[in-house]
Amino acid sequence: MLSVRGATKRFGGATALSGVDIDLFPGEVHALVGENGAGKSTLIKLMTGVYQSDAGEVRHRGEVVHFPSPREAQLAGIQTIYQEVHLAPQLSIARNVFLGRERTRFGALDLRRMNREAAELLDRYGIVADVRRPLGELGLGIQQMVAVARAVSTDASVVIMDEPTSSLEPREVDKLLEVVGLLRQQGVAVVYVSHKLDEVFRACDKITVLRDGRLVWTGATRETTRRQLISRMLGREASDLESGLRTQLGNRRPPADQPPVLTAAHLQRRFVLEDISVVVRPGEVVGLAGLLGSGRSETVKAIFGALPLDSGTVTVAGHPLTRATPASRIRAGVGMLPEDRKAEGLIPELSIRDNIGLAALPHFSVAGFVSRRKQGEIVEVFMKRLRIKASGPDQKVAELSGGNQQKVLLARMLCLNPKVLLLDEPTRGIDVGAKAEVQTLISELAEKGLGVVLISSELEEVVEGSDSVLVLRDGACLGSLFGDDISEDAIMNMIAGAAEQEMVADETQAVAQ
Amino acid sequence: MSSVSTAATNESADVPPDGPSGERPDQRRLRPGQGWARFLREHGVYVALGLLVLYNVLFTAHFNNVATIQLLFAQLPPVLLVSLGMAMVIGTGGIDLSVGATMAIASAVMAKLVAPASANGLAQPIFLAITLGIGAGLVVGVFNGVVVAVAKVQPIVATLSLLVAGRGIALVITGGALVELFVPFLKVIRQGQLFGIPYVMWVAAILTVAVAVVVRRTTFGYRLVAIGGNLRASVLAGIPVRRTLITVYAISGVLAAIAGEIATARLRASDPSYIGLLVELAAITAVVVGGTPLSGGRVRIVGTVAGVVLMQMLATTLVAHNIPNSVSQIVEGVIIVAAVYIQRVARSSA
Repeated sequence: MLSVRGATKRFGGATALSGVDIDLFPGEVHALVGENGAGKSTLIKLMTGVYQSDAGEVRHRGEVVHFPSPREAQLAGIQTIYQEVHLAPQLSIARNVFLGRERTRFGALDLRRMNREAAELLDRYGIVADVRRPLGELGLGIQQMVAVARAVSTDASVVIMDEPTSSLEPREVDKLLEVVGLLRQQGVAVVYVSHKLDEVFRACDKITVLRDGRLVWTGATRETTRRQLISRMLGREASDLESGLRTQLGNRRPPADQPPVLTAAHLQRRFVLEDISVVVRPGEVVGLAGLLGSGRSETVKAIFGALPLDSGTVTVAGHPLTRATPASRIRAGVGMLPEDRKAEGLIPELSIRDNIGLAALPHFSVAGFVSRRKQGEIVEVFMKRLRIKASGPDQKVAELSGGNQQKVLLARMLCLNPKVLLLDEPTRGIDVGAKAEVQTLISELAEKGLGVVLISSELEEVVEGSDSVLVLRDGACLGSLFGDDISEDAIMNMIAGAAEQEMVADETQAVAQ
Repeated sequence: MSSVSTAATNESADVPPDGPSGERPDQRRLRPGQGWARFLREHGVYVALGLLVLYNVLFTAHFNNVATIQLLFAQLPPVLLVSLGMAMVIGTGGIDLSVGATMAIASAVMAKLVAPASANGLAQPIFLAITLGIGAGLVVGVFNGVVVAVAKVQPIVATLSLLVAGRGIALVITGGALVELFVPFLKVIRQGQLFGIPYVMWVAAILTVAVAVVVRRTTFGYRLVAIGGNLRASVLAGIPVRRTLITVYAISGVLAAIAGEIATARLRASDPSYIGLLVELAAITAVVVGGTPLSGGRVRIVGTVAGVVLMQMLATTLVAHNIPNSVSQIVEGVIIVAAVYIQRVARSSA
């Protein structure tokens, strides 16, 4: 369907992609894997006309093609779904589905027809949403599904998905993979880029591994194992990965019975949080489990003073905190790593140095003047300690890979010497190597006596990393698990159990009526 | 692998020109082009200024004489001071449309205080009048800052209200009329020199250096740039966003007030319907032409100074060549578009 031969792309003096081949067949799902910076995105952009290759050719249905811009590629039936949803949040779902090819009647928008067709389309893929509502009101997951529906509704012959699940819940991932299956049945060639090997093994027929801009391996999914794949991605021997296969959070002794470093009691916010309490002792990692929209992020934001509460108290190291602003919480020794790295964390145009030093400015300022020397010393310490890979502290943070950006944000909080760290999805969207490093770091920090609250969409990470787990649903706490009781099954059961009870309650209500 | 992977995310610009061996010569020839785009984005305003000076030296009669240059520089300070404040506000991702009206208010307050009773004034000492005029600018700035930072009104709307109302306030203060001022000290401001350079130029130069130091070296400067770069991230990093924003608008108000008083001294009168008219647009132009992006996150003080000089010199040049005002306005418009275009191209190719 689409084949690429000897694709090469240089940026300035650096080669991002060198002589890569890939063949896509109708009705086949082809995974593209590799660490950040391996050249996956560059390859996709060459196939879709965003970049022009320096050497090599792209053939579509057997003919050599040249897409001067993404629009030509789309017209040829090549659709791309990006990690972040590139749609217009103010417009309705239906308008978004037909964005750029609006249905018109007598020259005016035919909203009724667009609404009807969009509803049918979403229905076919099992997406439940009112197509007249603005897209921005929906959760990220559903937005992503709308983007997928939009792409497939154009009769695409090739659909490229660039980390489509990085902001999705497990349940939504299942849904998305079902859609991928439907595409396969319809004879569409799918390229699936993901860091999550689970999904790759579940959904993909073939796998291509890239490393440092070169093709490392390509073959059928059933002919390989996870471990082989990881070792190809990392370029290390499989035996080195023995321990690396599991998350790096385990094997920590349980915290001693000390007075809690963080007590958040009866946090309440109408329609968002309902009587949630969190207690963290020094050296303890408390996991927050639950689906997207269960109130996990809202809980940590409330503790951090970034979400106003109707009622509830937060106490750090015995001192009740009254002012609910991030600035005052930081002074009290609380640090937070926000969920959305780009929107809530990084100042992209500033250097690594300025990003790390941002929160701690008063610590290396004299009479309001920033001491570059003191700032530089601290930044250097943390760049070394967290192994931030960059050309130097003055490199722009926007140019770093996801993992290194995450480390920069961690460093920003760590140089404040916090007592409590709130980590919202610390390993989302970062490559396997960096993920293990971040996990190791979390467990080291806990060993040093920090209290950690950990949120992760990957249950495995919560289960292995936490000393206790709080299970949330719809902004309320379903219960908590400790020590050996913590398992993926137990958490799932808790969430599923609550759902069942609700159904039963609904039914009895219906019967009563 | 790190070198390759960082370079790949690095995209085009920052890579040193000598790449790996064995590449084709045509690739090599491409690179100066990329370099030029980047050079123009960073230094376009200096290039344009250099070209304009060169043109004037060669083709404009009487350009090479001291009087012309003195006249040019005498016109600069008010716009320059306003532009410095504007650069800081734009650095936070905001904009201050009220600066012209602030100049008028400061001028009116000063005139009302210093004018003799016969002219409906309060006959106060000039130094008190100057101080309170600046104080009026501070009040206006703080008001803007509070509306933007606390009430969270969009900066363009918040400051628009004073753009509209400010001149009215100034007219009310002066009693609806132009107030002529015969104060000896204003003549000193107008004509006094130190080492052959007018006092007002000294004031402008000192304030420029002060603003540059504040932006580059102080906690406040780091914070204002961070706020412009990513507001939500700045809140979550514990930056005192409100305080910083209010201070930025307050500084802009004070600088505008000083500019208003200098303009009053030059005019020998306070004319609320004329002083600072359209200066907000001149300042925004200078800041943008100087390379500060309107989206915020960056402040270029030297570029702003060059932008002010460039626009002023351009106007002078066009006048010297007897080009009608209408044409020179069109030329200014073209330059603004060109300046923004250079920045845009660089960004999308990166």
